[in-house]
Amino acid sequence: MLDHRLDSEYEDLRRTVAEFANDVVAPKIGDYYEHDEFPYEIVREMGRMGLFGLPFPEEYGGMGGDYFALCLALEELARVDSSVAITLEAGVSLGAMPVYRFGTEEQKREWLPRLCSGEMLGAFGLTEPEGGSDAGATRTTARLDEATGEWVINGTKCFITNSGTDITGLVTVTALTEPATRSSEVGGRASTRPAISSIIVPVGTPGFTVSKKYSKVGWNASDTRELSFTDCRVPAANLLGEPGRGYAQFLRILDEGRIAIAALATGLAQGCVDQSLSYASERHAFGRAIGANQAIQFKIADMEMRAHTSRLAWRDAASRLLHGEPFKKEAAIAKLHSSDAAVVNAREATQIHGGYGFMNEFPVARFWRDCKILEIGEGTSEVQRMLIARELGMTP
Amino acid sequence: MSLRIVVCVKYVPDATGDRRFADDTTTDRESVDGLLSELDEYGVEQALRIAEASGDAEVTVLTVGPDDAKDALRKALSMGADKAVHVNDDDIHGTDALGTSAILAKALEKTGYDLVVCGMASTDGTMGVLPALLAERLGVPQVTLLSEVSVENGTVRGRRDGDAATEELEAALPAVVSVTDQSGEARYPSFKGIMAAKKKPVQSYDLDDLGIEADEVGLAGAWTAVDAITARPPRQAGTIVKDEGEGGKQLAEFLAAQKFV
Repeated sequence: MLDHRLDSEYEDLRRTVAEFANDVVAPKIGDYYEHDEFPYEIVREMGRMGLFGLPFPEEYGGMGGDYFALCLALEELARVDSSVAITLEAGVSLGAMPVYRFGTEEQKREWLPRLCSGEMLGAFGLTEPEGGSDAGATRTTARLDEATGEWVINGTKCFITNSGTDITGLVTVTALTEPATRSSEVGGRASTRPAISSIIVPVGTPGFTVSKKYSKVGWNASDTRELSFTDCRVPAANLLGEPGRGYAQFLRILDEGRIAIAALATGLAQGCVDQSLSYASERHAFGRAIGANQAIQFKIADMEMRAHTSRLAWRDAASRLLHGEPFKKEAAIAKLHSSDAAVVNAREATQIHGGYGFMNEFPVARFWRDCKILEIGEGTSEVQRMLIARELGMTP
Repeated sequence: MSLRIVVCVKYVPDATGDRRFADDTTTDRESVDGLLSELDEYGVEQALRIAEASGDAEVTVLTVGPDDAKDALRKALSMGADKAVHVNDDDIHGTDALGTSAILAKALEKTGYDLVVCGMASTDGTMGVLPALLAERLGVPQVTLLSEVSVENGTVRGRRDGDAATEELEAALPAVVSVTDQSGEARYPSFKGIMAAKKKPVQSYDLDDLGIEADEVGLAGAWTAVDAITARPPRQAGTIVKDEGEGGKQLAEFLAAQKFV
């Protein structure tokens, strides 16, 4: 029989992160958010707790946990704040995971211990100004200079999380590598996708420029930048994984990442329930708590239903991933459902809060500003539907 | 020989829950979830810091409590303590602070110790007398309510911050210390710590193992008795002072009436 209970170590982790989120993140994050500041102090504390090393083996400085443990932590963080949650999500599944999964032993030993401890953040440079969901439309190029044994990278990446903090140490960049028309296997079908490779670019490499922070609608305490590469040279040994396999590599990274984003969205949806429940019992109108009104109770009941089903969906996808079963469809379903739940719950929670919900000092205002990106990042809702339909055997 | 540190911890009802008494006037442990007393987390933290600084120390956590008290031990083990001792016996139900100190003293004699660390009080009984009772029973020095503590060459040193003065105290080991909530924030367990805690040894003792007769402890053996329990009255609505020229005076009168000034 399917068992809905968490094993005791996962439950202990969940509770520990929840306690941390309430005691450490909640009192401080509003200030960071309002001033568009990266919360170094909180991130350092998260590093000390080992959150950045959750799914990695101890030999690389990790905690010996798994992806499920990471998702549990993400949900509990996002229940209080999404900026710190996305900083962890991107740091682990986009920054460190590609190195762990595709790196050589030497690359793992060089980078993972610092990434796992949270003293260094890694970023994943995939999205470009003209290619988001169509990740195969990469324009950035990397040419191998045989004379010097270096990759020469040129191009621009945009919306890259964690790429410009004081503790960012590397960005893994996807780029077209020659020959540009090599065919590769994608999803088991022969394809004429261009040959894309992933290359590690350490921060500080000449020719690698980090632009100033974007002004964003939400996730304001997280770091998001545009990156540009102009004849940026890194050693040939910085290639991550096999040459020309970059496309297949990032598809795998994105599939996993969807589960993480689904857990994060679930956290936001649940946070809306938490805030609404307490506000509805405190706020009085017409002589009684507004929570005594059925209109409010039904809203909150529906919100709880959305958060609950979102949780079941991401846990199902994560459990399949851990058991080595196909999880593409379930990950897409979890991402699609939970991001929708987050957006609807944030809208309802704001409505319940009335005028106060429109004030930035209330957590629901942060939830309202943070929810929309969940339907866009790590594959838009439209892309998730494409993936689900494709998994059902439907072709364009 | 390595430094043997034992931290006495208590499993208490969550202070944020709706805590009640049971019919026999003991703490109702069923209606509210329990956890490691937050004030004892400071004790565990200081013990771990002393152990880390010494490089050759072993931290044991010791509790007296029902089956569920193992959750408190597991939390301390996941923070980094090396092993745990759980004294559990149905006859312990209703034991007061004097009885608890007797049980802890026997358990400590069995496990051995150089330094015993306690929190400043439990978050349920909040008596704060146990460290002193324990030191008396063990016949060792007590250095209580420390906001800073360290161990060097067989001596424990610490600082006690009082209202009027700050005292620098020290005692030769073996000794009992208690630490306050100002001694340094307790660490959050890492997942590695949580996983490791599952494999750490937990020794269980009952009263027989410690050579304690059932009638020495429990409700019957208690030196203190709870006669009656009255629920805290609901909070009164505050007084609103409307300033119509006399506001300042009214405020001063209110403060004087409450003996605040």
